[in-house]
Amino acid sequence: MSQAEFYQRDRERHPPALTPDYKTSVMRSPRAALISLQQSVSEITGPVFGHNDIDPIDNDLIHNYAKDGESAIGERIIMHGRVLDENGRPVPNTLVEAWQANAGGRYRHKKDTYLAPVDPNFGGCGRTITDENGYYFFRTVKPGAYPWRNWVNNWRPAHIHLSVFGTSFSQRLITQCYFEGDPLIAKCPIVKTIPTQDGIDSLVAALDLNATVPLDSIAYKFDIVLRGRRSTLFENRLEGN
Amino acid sequence: MVQKLDYLKETPSQTAGPYVHIGLAPGAAGFDIYRQELGWDIAGPNAKGERIRVEGIVIDGTGNPVKDVLIETWQANADGVYAHPESEGEVEEGFRGWGRVITDFETGEWGFDTVKPGPVKARKSLGTGPLHPPAHAGDDWLGRGDEGHEDMAPHINLWIVARGINIGLNTRLYFDDEAEANAKDPVLNLIEWHNRRPTLIAKRSERDGKVVYRFDIRLQGEGETVFFDV
Ligand SMILES: [Fe+2]
Repeated sequence: MSQAEFYQRDRERHPPALTPDYKTSVMRSPRAALISLQQSVSEITGPVFGHNDIDPIDNDLIHNYAKDGESAIGERIIMHGRVLDENGRPVPNTLVEAWQANAGGRYRHKKDTYLAPVDPNFGGCGRTITDENGYYFFRTVKPGAYPWRNWVNNWRPAHIHLSVFGTSFSQRLITQCYFEGDPLIAKCPIVKTIPTQDGIDSLVAALDLNATVPLDSIAYKFDIVLRGRRSTLFENRLEGN
Repeated sequence: MVQKLDYLKETPSQTAGPYVHIGLAPGAAGFDIYRQELGWDIAGPNAKGERIRVEGIVIDGTGNPVKDVLIETWQANADGVYAHPESEGEVEEGFRGWGRVITDFETGEWGFDTVKPGPVKARKSLGTGPLHPPAHAGDDWLGRGDEGHEDMAPHINLWIVARGINIGLNTRLYFDDEAEANAKDPVLNLIEWHNRRPTLIAKRSERDGKVVYRFDIRLQGEGETVFFDV
């Protein structure tokens, strides 16, 4: 088995640590430069998850916290896509976790006191493991926009938080998925921490009519790309070093 | 014009936000939804080696605790083996080596129980690197030293996310009772500024017969923890 490193992270594609218009970053951003490592076994390995770790209902946010026979309130959606690497290969059997506000923009969290009501049938989290083609899906309701104090009148665009592992700790990624057509995307200081328009566009899920369930749920497609891996062109060279 | 390279580009990171617990530790958010939350048992019941506890606090640039932080840990077992197919060797049944750590929301203090990892083979098994025997890391003023094929001192890899952290921060925790191994560690030696190296070294003490290591993480300013681009 080849055990080469992952491509170095393109730091110009990610937000920098210090983004003054997202105020909380100002005092939480390291000021010294990161130290760049050659990867060792500590970086090319990472936790492995299996179907024993989760339950099939976990990816259905409409029902995974609802009372029997009831369901979450809101616009029913399917969020689906593939986890790929930078080489375009699927990343199978990897854990994808999601969390979000309810349809009114309220999180089920001790520290969320927004006046929109909690939905008794909606927890707001889900998880799944990609299949052999890197495919995943969640059934959920479209989250609502919510206000937050950054400037005094900021509103987060509707979004789902996503956490992905890949096969190595160096691929670990948390991001947010937005929805096509939302005018709040362009105004959001957190979205705008991303330095390129192309990068922002890659976080916007596309309305996917082909994947809708007629008379049931609308669908959005969201592919996630993790770091890709070098192949060892000169494998013999260092063998036994 | 030239041909197009058909690589995809990595999905950009976004902050985990203040409500990361809903997704990754819903019990802490205040509700019970899954049969089991992941990341609470790092070493499992069968792991060999010394049982330890690690505690600390994450401190922001104003000197205050970061109370909404979430840390993930990744470590080898006492034999220096990771629970992953690309790490040579076996781990004990139930040893995962990965954990999720959250804070007390009032104080920002966090802690986790595990076993102390063993030394880990460095880059020996990676089939890439300079063609000729390289300078030792840190010897070359343009950074061209290779991190080499020495064992790495025992360490725990940490990944830190929170509101206001736009992309997860990677660092490593080393142990102060491993001074000899630390002195030879290729990653610690890569840090040109000797006075920054101690930011990665946890301090051992005993409390009620238990071994406790203290590891505070400073995000910014004086004594800023070394973070890595891995
Ligand atoms: Fe959010």
